[in-house]
Amino acid sequence: MAGTLDFSPDDRYNAFITTCRQAPFSDGTLAGTAVAVKDNISTAGIRTTCGSKILEGYVPPYDAHVVELLRQAGAAIVGKTNMDEFGMGSTTETSAFGPTRNPADPERVPGGSSGGSAAAVAAGLVPMALGTDTGGSIRCPAAFCGIVGLKPTYGRVSRYGLIAYANSLEQVGSMARTVEDASRLMSVIAHYDPRDSTMLDRPYDHRPVAEVKGLRVGIPEEYFGEGVDPRVGERVRDAIGVLEGLGAETVPVSIPGMRHALAAYYVICTSEASSNLARFDGVRYGPAVDTRKSWHEAYQDLRLELFGAEVRRRIMLGTFALSAGYAGRYYAKAQVARRKIREDFERALREVDIIAGPTMPTVAFRLGEKTDPISMYLSDILTAPANLAGIPAISVPCGRVDGLPVGLQIMGRQFEDERVVDVAFAYEQEVRA
Amino acid sequence: MITESDIEHIAELADIGISRDEVPEFTKQFNAIIEYFEVLDTVEGESAPVVGITNVFREDEPRPGLSQEEALANAGSTENGFIKAPRVM
Repeated sequence: MAGTLDFSPDDRYNAFITTCRQAPFSDGTLAGTAVAVKDNISTAGIRTTCGSKILEGYVPPYDAHVVELLRQAGAAIVGKTNMDEFGMGSTTETSAFGPTRNPADPERVPGGSSGGSAAAVAAGLVPMALGTDTGGSIRCPAAFCGIVGLKPTYGRVSRYGLIAYANSLEQVGSMARTVEDASRLMSVIAHYDPRDSTMLDRPYDHRPVAEVKGLRVGIPEEYFGEGVDPRVGERVRDAIGVLEGLGAETVPVSIPGMRHALAAYYVICTSEASSNLARFDGVRYGPAVDTRKSWHEAYQDLRLELFGAEVRRRIMLGTFALSAGYAGRYYAKAQVARRKIREDFERALREVDIIAGPTMPTVAFRLGEKTDPISMYLSDILTAPANLAGIPAISVPCGRVDGLPVGLQIMGRQFEDERVVDVAFAYEQEVRA
Repeated sequence: MITESDIEHIAELADIGISRDEVPEFTKQFNAIIEYFEVLDTVEGESAPVVGITNVFREDEPRPGLSQEEALANAGSTENGFIKAPRVM
């Protein structure tokens, strides 16, 4: 079975930056399945923008490893999805291509930064999509749009061909309407690739099993504290109650390092971004730099014009956090905080098999609601810790508040992605039954 | 406390353009963010070498890469098979 898939979606939520009207596919486990790909993942011959004007017109000459694997599995790549510019945001509003709307309520944001992928899946335009998650960018939009999103263990999926934002934190992962489909897509993309030197040869090849009897579920108090909408907390506690009904046992755990998590996360991600995004100079790709001007002048003018405010703010924050006289206070301390958070999770996960809590502290924001950077950053508080610790985490829909979806987040030990998938599957099967 | 001239200096270090109108807003936002970062002052302990992980090396051998045509395809200006950049000196 091989052919071409006609793809002419009604993209009323602005989920796509680019659509491929005639998407070729081949034989394989995903033969003919429409898959959308976030626009920071390189696709040979299909323009890739990272939601930024600075990559306008860029057509990658090669495929990311995950895209090679999708094509080998027979998937039809039907388009590139909208995102916060370079993944920097939690609403998809910082995209140079306009905001994506939430199919659950078009006056609300879909979350971000993989908001286009989440909206495309939630609206039924595709059954599955790839996203990327640096501090919650798969799980946040999955929770806000009412779908499933899996951030794999760091090192389980190749980052080759992913346009880098914060290398030590980010992973490509799967988004779908069901846990089974999220797991199927994960089985396709999690294969060893020596071109990503941070990868381990731990392929994922798993069919979800709905079994949680005797499972020890850690409940961290920090995930139900200040800043978390009590109604969201209640939905999530109900969901954990469903797991208990299936034979799981809950155990209180503590992640004391959480109080430093968000500051550490923002210092690290902006520092890495300030280095990674230096490559966007209008010389090798993107709109051409003015070669008549001197280097610094040309470079600064181009970046002022083509980067959005949030991207420039983060590049500047990272430059500041790494600058002489401040690196010890910010970057070095953030690395210590990160290690402690990882140790907190390791300690907790020796006592319990998984940790459960809300994915997001609230339901989806209104479009335009988050105007100052800090209030936007605070919304990552429950997702960024898993990136700092490098552990797998999945968000699965668990009811609604004010008619808007809420996500249950399940985190596990490093390289136990199968287990978080199984727990999400057990919950999903029970509530769907 | 970050001043407006600090913001201009950081923008210069980062080689990121900043317009005059943006300076007061960025200054205000930076101060709020950096105040939030101050929680890191309460992190105890020193950085320690990471244990249990090793570097991944490979032999430095030529491997297939992009053709010249592919490598230049996305460049804004080229000349005689080279990429053209602004003068540095």
